[in-house]
Amino acid sequence: MGKNLIDLTDITKTWDGVCVLDEMNLSIKENEFLTLLGPSGCGKSTTLRILGGFVTPDKGRVIFDGKDITNVPPNKRNLNTVFQKYALFPHMTVEENIAFGLKISGKTDQYIKDKIAYALKLVNLQGYEKRKPTLLSGGQQQRIAIARAIVNEPKVLLLDEPLGALDLKLRQDMQYELIRLKNELGITFIYVTHDQEEALTMSDTVVVMNQGYIQQMGTPEQIYNEPENAFVADFIGDSNILDATMIRDELVEILGVKFPCVDTGFGCSKPVDVVIRPEDLILSAPGNGRMDGTVTSVIFKGVHYEMEVMANGFEWLIQSTKSYPVGTEVSLDVDPYNIQIMHKPASEDEKAVAIDE
Amino acid sequence: MKRSRTSLLERCYVGLIFFLLYAPIVILIICSFNASKSRVVWGGFTLNWYTQLFENEEVLSAVRTSLALTFSAALLATVLGTLACIGLSVMKKRTQQGIMSVTNIPMLNADIVTGIAIMLLFTRFWNLGFLSMLAAHVTLGVPYVILNVMPKLNQTSRQIYDAALDLGASPVYAFIKVVLPDIMPGIFSGFLLAFTISLDDFVITYFTKGAGINTISTMIYQQARRGINPEMYALSTILFLVILLVLWIVNRIQASRPQESRD
Amino acid sequence: MNKRKLLAGPYLVWAVGFIILPLLIVLYYGLTRADGSFTLENLTAIADPIHLKALGQSLLIALGSTVISLVIAYPLAYILSKLQSGRGGIMYMMFILPMWINFMLRVLAIQMILSNNGLLNALLTFLHLPAQHLMYSRAAILIGMTYDYLPFMILPIYNAMCKIDRDLLDAAADLGAGRIVTFRHVVLPLSLPGVISGIIMVFIPSISEFAIADILGGSKILLIGNVIEQEFSLSSNWNLGSGLSVILMIFIFISMAVMNRTDSPEEGLTI
Repeated sequence: MGKNLIDLTDITKTWDGVCVLDEMNLSIKENEFLTLLGPSGCGKSTTLRILGGFVTPDKGRVIFDGKDITNVPPNKRNLNTVFQKYALFPHMTVEENIAFGLKISGKTDQYIKDKIAYALKLVNLQGYEKRKPTLLSGGQQQRIAIARAIVNEPKVLLLDEPLGALDLKLRQDMQYELIRLKNELGITFIYVTHDQEEALTMSDTVVVMNQGYIQQMGTPEQIYNEPENAFVADFIGDSNILDATMIRDELVEILGVKFPCVDTGFGCSKPVDVVIRPEDLILSAPGNGRMDGTVTSVIFKGVHYEMEVMANGFEWLIQSTKSYPVGTEVSLDVDPYNIQIMHKPASEDEKAVAIDE
Repeated sequence: MKRSRTSLLERCYVGLIFFLLYAPIVILIICSFNASKSRVVWGGFTLNWYTQLFENEEVLSAVRTSLALTFSAALLATVLGTLACIGLSVMKKRTQQGIMSVTNIPMLNADIVTGIAIMLLFTRFWNLGFLSMLAAHVTLGVPYVILNVMPKLNQTSRQIYDAALDLGASPVYAFIKVVLPDIMPGIFSGFLLAFTISLDDFVITYFTKGAGINTISTMIYQQARRGINPEMYALSTILFLVILLVLWIVNRIQASRPQESRD
Repeated sequence: MNKRKLLAGPYLVWAVGFIILPLLIVLYYGLTRADGSFTLENLTAIADPIHLKALGQSLLIALGSTVISLVIAYPLAYILSKLQSGRGGIMYMMFILPMWINFMLRVLAIQMILSNNGLLNALLTFLHLPAQHLMYSRAAILIGMTYDYLPFMILPIYNAMCKIDRDLLDAAADLGAGRIVTFRHVVLPLSLPGVISGIIMVFIPSISEFAIADILGGSKILLIGNVIEQEFSLSSNWNLGSGLSVILMIFIFISMAVMNRTDSPEEGLTI
């Protein structure tokens, strides 16, 4: 992966007295598929709109390709946006929509014609040139919106929850389409979503945001396996998040039971947060594990069973391919490297943020 | 289309049009307090024109006629129009369109033709008078009611009506408890529009009114042709204030409704 | 289920009785003489130079007031639609408000300003400018009509502009369009339905207007509306009046059909 294409430095934005972004710093590399992930109101859309030029930050700089574009209007920026609700021009045909940007930049008719054909082929909508976008399905409109953006050969494509309005099956198909498109075009994608599965599936880099702050940035694997705080752990996938005490390096006490772990450097007898993914919990006959409990519910989820087990006063979420009927006595265990230890939030405020979601 | 900046030039333009639009009205109001009959010389403050206005039987009777006519016409148009919408909503699309094109005639046709047509009908078969005016005003108001109620009926009402029946409600009960509240905003704005159209109308009233009967509009017309009487300014001022009050109340009602969520 | 259809019954009877029947009566009068015999004279009477001139004047003044209203209202609606929703809504209400002031009162107000010893001339004299004899002229009628019908032009255009999704403007900018291109290729075409409704809402009452011409134009200027009105009120030639009404109606429906090809006139008529 190449050099930094975009640098956001100290970006701050306030709407009606509410701070949406607080001194955010973010670097985006060339040819990266970067996803801004977070609950609504976390500042991810504002970040995208600042990149697109629709919103001017109160403070901070946007550096694009070595140049400061903080105050450059959207029509002078070499990036294009795919809008959440597509924003196709209803009075123009598909063809006219796609040609819009090309005509403005003064391309020849032949060039425009070729580009339209190429773009429609890329999004699998050949033969739709003369249709009105209002008569197309959501998925088709989505593809047209992408086609309209990419014909301008932007260095960066900004996508604002583009799959939000589509149904599940279509959304999954479009995820693969987008990955394919990204690889074929070889440009940077910056993608905004609140859907963690979408983020993990498509991205090279995931940026988890909450309340105007970047909570964690990393590869999907890092985000999933090594969440840095309870918010990230809770937002990304299902997890068991518990209060625990770090007895010493490589030993943690959870609900009165000591578990060996691999983390060091948290000090002695310090309160910490612990994350254990439901699929990492091992169920066995009573007495075999470290903590005994009773199965309280079982749901079949297709690839696995999802069970809840009451043990030591905590309702554990467990995923397993083997099911135990409700009421069964079971024992819980977990491998040391599957216990993720995190620092407690420094302030009550941060804690509230974590519990919020 | 919100949240762009307006430039100074744009503000000036808005201000200018605003001035041109309101200057005549403001002058009218000022003149209503002018002791001098002249329009340009200030003869001192007076409420004479107002007291004279309230002693003028011709004016008072015109106001009464106007109010009675407008209220009854708007009410009748609302009832007729709402019932029509419910009936139309279960008809075939083709029939619906056919009836709608007839309905739209009074709205799109020149008022003078509508007025003459109803006048001819009444002089041929009955007499001109309050009833002919009422008939004309109702005819003019119904399309506006239908236009406001119909869109509300087409969408969700159908489903929630079925849902109510599914839950065991009788058709009448379902309509009153479920459909009516749903289309109420449409009925309300339909009524309001029919009311305004009726109150504002001059042309149709002019043709369909019988001899010796006047609404505010036709009375002012007669007065204006004779020469201006400051009593009319007083009347205008009162009407203007009443309208401001009514609009303010309507706005309040609309503002108290739950607002759409903003993102 | 069919019982619900019956609810439309009263209105259907009403529509036949008070919309269709009256128009048939107009047609009957228009196609007969006073003694009831069939004739086309009342229709061909439009070719009479006086009538033709009246129709021409009406058309000219109606077109004039429509164009002037459009020129004033379009930028106004555009600016108002750009304001933030709360303030824009209030401003918009202020511009629509005159619609609720009695039609005749608005004419009266204009008469007061334009008349020879009115405020405009007082102002001109004060500025040492020559007084204008605007009353009883075409200009007076034009000013009166424009003043009266301007809100009807602002209303539908503003509504159409407000319906334009802000995202579309962002999308245009995103694709490289400057303000002028965005206006020309996005705002203008999308506001066109409002413009057409506005034109219809101003043009139709203007072309058949007689009261404004009567008060501001005196008896000097005869519009087609005045001609028809006088056939009923003064000459009592109801057959001729009806015949001319039929012609006027046909004229209006043709001009509407021409304008209406792109959109339905119902757009924007609701408050």
